[in-house]
Amino acid sequence: MSYRSHADLGGEDGHGRVVPEPEGELFHAPWERQALALTLAMGATGAWNLDMSRSARETLPDYSTLSYYELWIKGLEKLLAERGLIAADELDAGRMLHPAPPLDRVLRAADVPALLARGAPTERPAAAPPRFAAGERVRTRASRFDHHTRLPGYARGKIGRVEHVRGVHVFADTHAHGRGEQPQWLYTVVFSGRELWGDDCAPGLGVSIDAWEPYLEIAP
Amino acid sequence: MERRVRALRTVLAEKGYIDPAALDVLIDTYERKTGPRNGARVVARAWVDAEFRNWLLRDATAAIASLGYTGRQGEHMVALENTASCHNLVVCTLCSCYPWPVLGLPPTWYKSAPYRARAVKDPRGVLADFGIRLPESTEIRVWDSTAEVRYLVIPQRPPGTDTLSEEQLAACVTRDSMIGTGLAKPP
Repeated sequence: MSYRSHADLGGEDGHGRVVPEPEGELFHAPWERQALALTLAMGATGAWNLDMSRSARETLPDYSTLSYYELWIKGLEKLLAERGLIAADELDAGRMLHPAPPLDRVLRAADVPALLARGAPTERPAAAPPRFAAGERVRTRASRFDHHTRLPGYARGKIGRVEHVRGVHVFADTHAHGRGEQPQWLYTVVFSGRELWGDDCAPGLGVSIDAWEPYLEIAP
Repeated sequence: MERRVRALRTVLAEKGYIDPAALDVLIDTYERKTGPRNGARVVARAWVDAEFRNWLLRDATAAIASLGYTGRQGEHMVALENTASCHNLVVCTLCSCYPWPVLGLPPTWYKSAPYRARAVKDPRGVLADFGIRLPESTEIRVWDSTAEVRYLVIPQRPPGTDTLSEEQLAACVTRDSMIGTGLAKPP
């Protein structure tokens, strides 16, 4: 089966201008607050991880037509349905119709502050030294991915320079598909604007991504 | 959507998967307790305290934690200092990664296609949408948050602010200036 993300927007033309927004304008309808809270609360149950939820959203076929919190709600419904935690007829009826498989945890109000303050660090102990060092020229993987990845399309098959070694982190590509954390070295890799966009690109532009080691090889 | 989300919430509560009181605490946290004023305090401290600035640039996670801002979507922080020669701009082209403990929830434009598409290709055009024009000689550096590192921009301190207190300085620091789509405003 082929995997398609609809979220990989970097460099796409035709999306129009950016519309600024005043500080403090967080929600535009009451249900958006609930979308945020439901998503965070269900994420805390451990029924899936953050990479799985990103994958669920980016593969929604109608991604480009949905608002941000619509993506969150549809992503949440998909994650729940895939795990048999909720059925379509229950959403239609607005009440529970089938038994509820138990979850590992339920987030209680008293535990919210500690949970948010702790977060979910992704850095892990290193099992091997990093393959690349700061200053080294690297080339990113050019071939397509048939799974969730965090290597954006615009930065594939491009030559850049390792700028920072960021430690060993949970690898989103495997973590999103239930294939474990498989922690990998993470690097900030910077590209010139011309490498990414060609000679028409205005000078004086640098763009960096954070790339896990499997995305990179030594530049020829 | 209002009805759809209400139905979802009801079913999840009936199944015992969510505690409605926890939802209220989550909303209150991000609507009232966490937001860009946190980041503004970090920036103001960096402007007045050289030792803190150096710590922030060396180990932003620890320096920011010393002011009490930690946790979800800020587990691995990096601070980027804007100068006359280099302007930093932060984006997440793949979704909406954003440093919640210091900036709160991202604005709509940050999560939307126009910004995510254009920031990496035409950052000067994006800055123009915000009414910002930088000298041609200023290098622009765009940071695409593709993993779990979260970036906070330290804007340039506005001129004529030598006599301001740290608190007055924090009021000059806008949310957009800490993303790189704005500049700190004069007092």
